Amino acid sequence: MAGLEDLYREIILDHYRSPRNRGELPIPPAHRVEGFNPLCGDEVVVYLDVDDDVLRDLRISGHGCSISQSSASMMSAAVKGKSLAEVREVARSFRSMISSEDTPAEDEDEVVSVDPESLGELAALRGVVRFPVRIKCATLSWNTLLQGLDEIAATVGDPSGR
Amino acid sequence: MSAGALDPGALRGDFPILSTKGRSGSRLVYLDSASSSQRPSAVLDAMTEYYSTTHANVHRGVYEIAEEATRRFEAARVSAGRLIGAPKPSREIVFTKNVTEAINLVAFTWGRRNLNKGDAIVLTEIEHHANLVPWLMLAEERGIELRFLKMADDFRLDLSNLDDLLDGARLVCVTAASNVLGTVVDLAPIAAAAHAAGALVLADGAQLAPHRPVDVGSLGVDFFGYTSHKMLGPTGIGVLWGREELLEAMPPFLGGGEMISDVRLDGFTPNDIPWKFEAGTPPIAEAIGLGAAIEYLEGVGLEAIQAHEIALTSYAVEALRERYDEFTIYGPEPEPNWRGGVISFGFGSVHPHDIAQVLDEKGVCVRAGHHCAKPLMRRLGVAATTRASFYLYNDEEDVDALVEALAAVRELFG
Repeated sequence: MAGLEDLYREIILDHYRSPRNRGELPIPPAHRVEGFNPLCGDEVVVYLDVDDDVLRDLRISGHGCSISQSSASMMSAAVKGKSLAEVREVARSFRSMISSEDTPAEDEDEVVSVDPESLGELAALRGVVRFPVRIKCATLSWNTLLQGLDEIAATVGDPSGR
Repeated sequence: MSAGALDPGALRGDFPILSTKGRSGSRLVYLDSASSSQRPSAVLDAMTEYYSTTHANVHRGVYEIAEEATRRFEAARVSAGRLIGAPKPSREIVFTKNVTEAINLVAFTWGRRNLNKGDAIVLTEIEHHANLVPWLMLAEERGIELRFLKMADDFRLDLSNLDDLLDGARLVCVTAASNVLGTVVDLAPIAAAAHAAGALVLADGAQLAPHRPVDVGSLGVDFFGYTSHKMLGPTGIGVLWGREELLEAMPPFLGGGEMISDVRLDGFTPNDIPWKFEAGTPPIAEAIGLGAAIEYLEGVGLEAIQAHEIALTSYAVEALRERYDEFTIYGPEPEPNWRGGVISFGFGSVHPHDIAQVLDEKGVCVRAGHHCAKPLMRRLGVAATTRASFYLYNDEEDVDALVEALAAVRELFG
């Protein structure tokens, strides 16, 4: 049986207490995108500064539980400064990691075999898979990020957009 | 035990699920009855016995078991009316899927027949989505104006502008008891004012009917909905009570078998009430289970249940306040008359999902979220709350478990 220690790892609580990249960016040039979890009312706002197919900067605001907040914080640290192709790759790996047979990834085509070690700190969120109700908490900021990248791609024709 | 005539320790044995173990092998501390209650063996047995001995479709067969199924189904209707003091239960009680469907039924039939552009409906900002979204949908379709009673700072409805809001209103839709705040609404003066202004009153009784004696006559309302699964009965069945003359004047709801008295290729004649609103094979076993639940509740006594819940609520609020500075309650102070056994609370800045997750580890089941009342959450200035809710089978040991389990929340997130 999954215990709380599988969910609330120290690194997760650290990101929850001291969130990275918290705040806002001026729009424009940044792009603002919101995500909601209708189940619990959590809300995340992601500000993306994309230039030359690179995610130069991002900020996170909104409110939510420790899982959604720490996932957003870790996400921001993991993707900041990466090329958009790399950002999408990390997102794909993350979403694959926390999908399971009972709760498949929202886009089944994107499930890939992932070595959690390759995800660094994000691997700490692996335990969420054993708490199915919380998976949406962990994926909220990622889905919002991807939505934002899609929106940017739609306006500027980003070649890495799908 | 401080709770008067009711002995939850004796009742708990009637509920099989309460002897199962929670996570980590601990006692199952079920504090989410406002969401859905548990069922006593009497309800489960009534449904099993029905299926095992006399199941057949109702209102059709001329053979013995079909007649017996019909008899039990209609007897449940009478019980469902008796619970709320319906003057004519066999005509005024409509079985629905739940309260949500009961309210949608009124919006779809009475609302579409009677409301047009420029008419107004008075609602409140403390409503469950079930008593909000059907009216938002109707307003969008018909151009109806929706007006809202506000919540006062004491978590009760502010009625100071009721007469203004009623000017030109055709209907008032109000919860009888808030699923978030525990506030019990004094419906009688609202109904009197509404009627004086020429408006009807629909009460959402989902959180009232299970917990205290209800008499629709003295409440003065015109429609009253409640649901089985919050009052020891099965899921899948709810109740709409409406005044006979209103139901008679309303068009049917869903079309199909059962709801007609004649069908031709060029038209149909609706059945008499209440069957006019019950298209298709109804939830027969569920109705019988609901009937058994009502008999169980009446056996315990709804006055005793009400007194027990408020005593437990007082005990819990006192214990939580004494132990935790970070505990804040979203609801009126416990008192016997206008308060139910629901405690929505905040715990420092810890998110309700995290609170509920840690409590679950201790076998304590509470609800965390917006409780299908997002406008009220905005009014309270929160995204979500944690909610503990009590019923007849809860006792001080359950409260003590909640209080103790919150220490783990403080330890992890404090």
